[in-house]
Amino acid sequence: MIQGKVIKYGDNIDTDVIIPARYLNTTDPAELAGHCMEDLDKTFTGRVKPGDIMAAGRNFGCGSSREHAPIALKAAGISCIIAETFARIFYRNAINIGLPILECPEAAREIDEGDQVQVDVKTGKIVNLTKGSVYQAEPFPDFMQEIIRADGLIHYVRERMKRS
Amino acid sequence: MGMTMTQKILAAHAGLDRVEPGQLIMADLDLVLGNDITSPVAVKEFERIGAEGVFDKGKVAIVPDHFTPNKDIKSAEQCRLIRDFAYRHEIENYFEIGQMGIEHALIPEKGLAVPGDVIIGADSHTCTYGALGAFSTGVGSTDMAAGMASGKCWFKVPEAIRFNLKGKLQPWVSGKDVILHIIGQVGVDGALYQSMEYGGEGLAALSMDDRFTMANMAIEAGAKNGIFEVDDKTIAYVKEHSDREYRIFKADEDAVYTRVIDINLSDIRPTVAFPHLPENTRTIDEVGEVTIDQVVIGSCTNGRIEDLRAAARLLKDKKVHPRVRTIIFPATQKIYLQAMREGLLEIFVEAGAAVSTPTCGPCLGGHMGVLGKGERAVATTNRNFVGRMGHPESEVYLASPAVAAASAITGRISSPEEVMK
Repeated sequence: MIQGKVIKYGDNIDTDVIIPARYLNTTDPAELAGHCMEDLDKTFTGRVKPGDIMAAGRNFGCGSSREHAPIALKAAGISCIIAETFARIFYRNAINIGLPILECPEAAREIDEGDQVQVDVKTGKIVNLTKGSVYQAEPFPDFMQEIIRADGLIHYVRERMKRS
Repeated sequence: MGMTMTQKILAAHAGLDRVEPGQLIMADLDLVLGNDITSPVAVKEFERIGAEGVFDKGKVAIVPDHFTPNKDIKSAEQCRLIRDFAYRHEIENYFEIGQMGIEHALIPEKGLAVPGDVIIGADSHTCTYGALGAFSTGVGSTDMAAGMASGKCWFKVPEAIRFNLKGKLQPWVSGKDVILHIIGQVGVDGALYQSMEYGGEGLAALSMDDRFTMANMAIEAGAKNGIFEVDDKTIAYVKEHSDREYRIFKADEDAVYTRVIDINLSDIRPTVAFPHLPENTRTIDEVGEVTIDQVVIGSCTNGRIEDLRAAARLLKDKKVHPRVRTIIFPATQKIYLQAMREGLLEIFVEAGAAVSTPTCGPCLGGHMGVLGKGERAVATTNRNFVGRMGHPESEVYLASPAVAAASAITGRISSPEEVMK
């Protein structure tokens, strides 16, 4: 179970603003985290706390396929992202690196900045503790649950390659 | 229920007779691609898998094209890491500076993408090879690592939007204007999780370079892939560039689409996407007065020979505006050489434009044309997000090479018709 305070953004948050390309000459998660969101919100890195939950609108993570984007968010302390929809490459990348994400338009719209939210990634249940509202996101399909259970795609592939 | 082109290719690569939208499949890969930004992360993940080698030394391609020629020490170290990896694993398709080009112009040119392929690349514009009737899509570094180790990738079978093309492009209108028009119509998430499948009688009038540009920007509508029906032009291109066997997949007559959109190519005007989303499109007749500081002609979207020819037609015997820094990037060495032989580079230099070796540099604000505070650029690239080409308060206007060249001359966003009248 994940619980945290919400930091909220709007629609079409692209991976260029999540981590600008000028910082992609490194793969170090801590260094990337230090510049996360800075072109959109200079206050983000100063106020994000480990365990915080990000909420956003439509098409979160659109644009570049840079895995540095979910890596930066995770290293900055974000424990889960709830959005109306995700861009598909970001969706894959987040699952592959073990950053929980949930698509739930109603929750994404109604949750506000600063709300305390609890998320059960396995079942897709989202509880807004501040507002007392409950939402149900589509849980991950079994196949993706397997990847998540294996702690990301790398472990999943390693296990499968060992077996074959 | 019939299948789309994409669904048929995916089914064939998963060893299945048919697939349904939403189905999760494991597909065999014909090519796994990465660049100098995404491959360093992939190399680290690959090593965690513990595989002895890559699944097929001929089916992995690594192209250091983003921050190269190395822009700083950190970039040099990232390139060193992937170069060592490529040599250690005897990657046949590692392209060093001097042979390197912008990956999505280079891969088709090297014959590494053919109709019917399934290709993943750790770069979002990997969808470019859909122009050849292949299924190709962008992924992240971890998917690249798993693909290099296993030769497989999981996919959720997508639904599709069908675009029926008819008519013929007007003078000074190109594939870039068509795809900007389409993104303006459907929106930046209008094709989210779906394929954009192109066909119809108008297809024959589109050159391969037009199709590469259109497939390239499928991601800018949120699509999983863009794909074109294979016709005589595709076959001619593939035969010229590759000796690999190819397979043509056609959509079933009764294939199911979420939407069918008719596009009359004859009606499309030169189109510009205003900051800060590719969907903020206006026709050239609606742009008003927008003065500019820089023009960039190049990128995986518009750095091919036809793009350079279009720019040269406008710049011949003219000078770029003294306040507009104009930088032109042929996308590959082969295109560079061709442009040199055709006299295009001379036209550019005589006009006062700078001509660069191939690099993705300016498109993503990396190097070779980064924008300062408040500066505006017209670019033939693919994204105009906040800070994409530099300072968060700079602005990028996306356009075709013809509009970009016309704007370089006048110093404001301009129609090629205005400059050539």
